[in-house]
Amino acid sequence: MAEPARIAVLRFENVTVSFDGDVALRDISFAAYEGESRIILGAAGSGKTVLLKTAMGLTKPESGKVFVFGQDISAMPEKRLFDIRGKIGMLFQESALFDSLNIAENVAYPLLNQPSIRCPKAEVLPRVKRTLEFVELGGTLEKFPSELSGGMRRRAAIARAVVTEPPLQMYDSPTAGLDPITAHTIIALLIKERDVSQATTLLVTHRFQDGNLMANFRYNSEQGVLEPARNGAKQKSSTTFMVMKEGRLIFENDQDSIEASKDPYIGKFVKQRV
Amino acid sequence: MVASECGERTYLLDLLKEPVLAAQEFFLLAGKALKNIFRRPHYGDDIALQMDAIGVGSLPIVVMIGFFSGAVMALQMSRALSQYGQVGKTGTLVSLTLVRELGPVLTSIMVAGRNSTGMASELGSMKVTEQIDAMRALGTDPIQKLVTPRLIATCVMLPLLTIIADFVGMVGGFIIAKFVLSIESRQYWTSVWRALEWNDVTQGLFKPLVFAVVVSLMGCFYGLRTTGGTQGVGRSTTQAMVMATVLIFVLDLLITQVFVSQGGA
Ligand SMILES: Nc1ncnc2c1ncn2[C@@H]1O[C@H](COP(=O)(O)OP(=O)(O)OP(=O)(O)O)[C@@H](O)[C@H]1O
Ligand SMILES: [Mg+2]
Repeated sequence: MAEPARIAVLRFENVTVSFDGDVALRDISFAAYEGESRIILGAAGSGKTVLLKTAMGLTKPESGKVFVFGQDISAMPEKRLFDIRGKIGMLFQESALFDSLNIAENVAYPLLNQPSIRCPKAEVLPRVKRTLEFVELGGTLEKFPSELSGGMRRRAAIARAVVTEPPLQMYDSPTAGLDPITAHTIIALLIKERDVSQATTLLVTHRFQDGNLMANFRYNSEQGVLEPARNGAKQKSSTTFMVMKEGRLIFENDQDSIEASKDPYIGKFVKQRV
Repeated sequence: MVASECGERTYLLDLLKEPVLAAQEFFLLAGKALKNIFRRPHYGDDIALQMDAIGVGSLPIVVMIGFFSGAVMALQMSRALSQYGQVGKTGTLVSLTLVRELGPVLTSIMVAGRNSTGMASELGSMKVTEQIDAMRALGTDPIQKLVTPRLIATCVMLPLLTIIADFVGMVGGFIIAKFVLSIESRQYWTSVWRALEWNDVTQGLFKPLVFAVVVSLMGCFYGLRTTGGTQGVGRSTTQAMVMATVLIFVLDLLITQVFVSQGGA
């Protein structure tokens, strides 16, 4: 990444979103650049999910602008949004796998339906298999989502989000409600995916340690393991922590500043670190 | 005094706002779903699946309802007709009531009970588990993928089911006519056949087509606007059924009025 062309992959400009008068996002502005990781922390109901959905054009801002890959999507008709969404992978908070399709069909769905992807028919199954193996679910192609455990569903949903190798990846609470071992496996997967595909990553989480892992570890593709990032300082600067509170973005900076923050609300997230 | 009047007025306006907005949303959905019929991509597999669920799935209950309503009509009509010594005309009345009213309305209500509710709960569950959002995120228009196939499938199957219900009803009437009223079978079937004019047949097929639009779109509309978790799914299901049934009766009256004033009758 020598001399990166600083293209804003995702840019919010004074975005406000509300539902029937209840404000969910208040005047949010930030920009995420190519190859960057963003960790979004915040209490329940602070607007993290709404932020991700707005970035995808699933929710329309009441005021302000959202730019994805330089294009203003805030007033774009649904038809044209499909092209942009083809470049974004999203893991929904509740996985949102299609109940009526089996795991292989779920993972194949974006390959077959995303208008901007146009994957040749013969390549679909190999790609699905490869992606499912990547998330260590190689043996579940024929299973239905209801037959999998919560952690497996989460991993299948990650496979569906990344099967098209999108340059912008957003994960909504991938570790919520999982045991520490599975949670660690999932974050390791996300780090692997980020480092293999060099994608811009937004990670929503309640656990500071997820962000800590994302910021300080990298995937060693030769040995296939996670290892501490060698030049820690550089790696850190490409990971930014954001904290949401009641629809506002109250903090946006690197790991050293968040750990040094005196704000009690932010402190609660940092201190839970084991 | 003035303040309280003002308050009352805005309260009334608020009361009206909700249904007006809902109606507007409904017509938007209906417009998009109809427009999508002529647009690509077409989801043939989904249409086939829905046709199976609506048509084949509803067949047993439609046959039952058709049979018994035809039989009951024959009994009731024969009693009324016997006052004028016209029991032989039973077939005529059974045929007219079935083809014009009972066939279309009862079949549509049955299908509303089975399929409007089914659609509302299926789409509602998908809505509350973010599957609808996921669909949009993964490049498909939920109206194209979910609503239009259900609309097409219902519009094809409901008239067919109605024809089956009409016919089975006539057979039900025949069994009563032959074994209870001792009407000759030839006389019964001739009077059944002679009773029908083109006006009746078009009316009998136009009604289920209109009701099909109501049944499918009400189910999808309430399903897609579900909020509030699994409880919300239950609420949408009930609302879809109630609204579909009420609209079937209201539209039935309007359509009948049009056909009656067209002459015939
Ligand atoms: N579709 C919706 N309709 C109405 N209000 C909504 C909707 N989606 C979100 N909200 C409101 O927006 C606010 C932010 O919700 P959001 O889902 O973004 O929270 P969150 O930060 O993701 O919380 P959690 O950590 O529990 O997932 C909440 O107050 C919620 O009630
Ligand atoms: Mg959330």
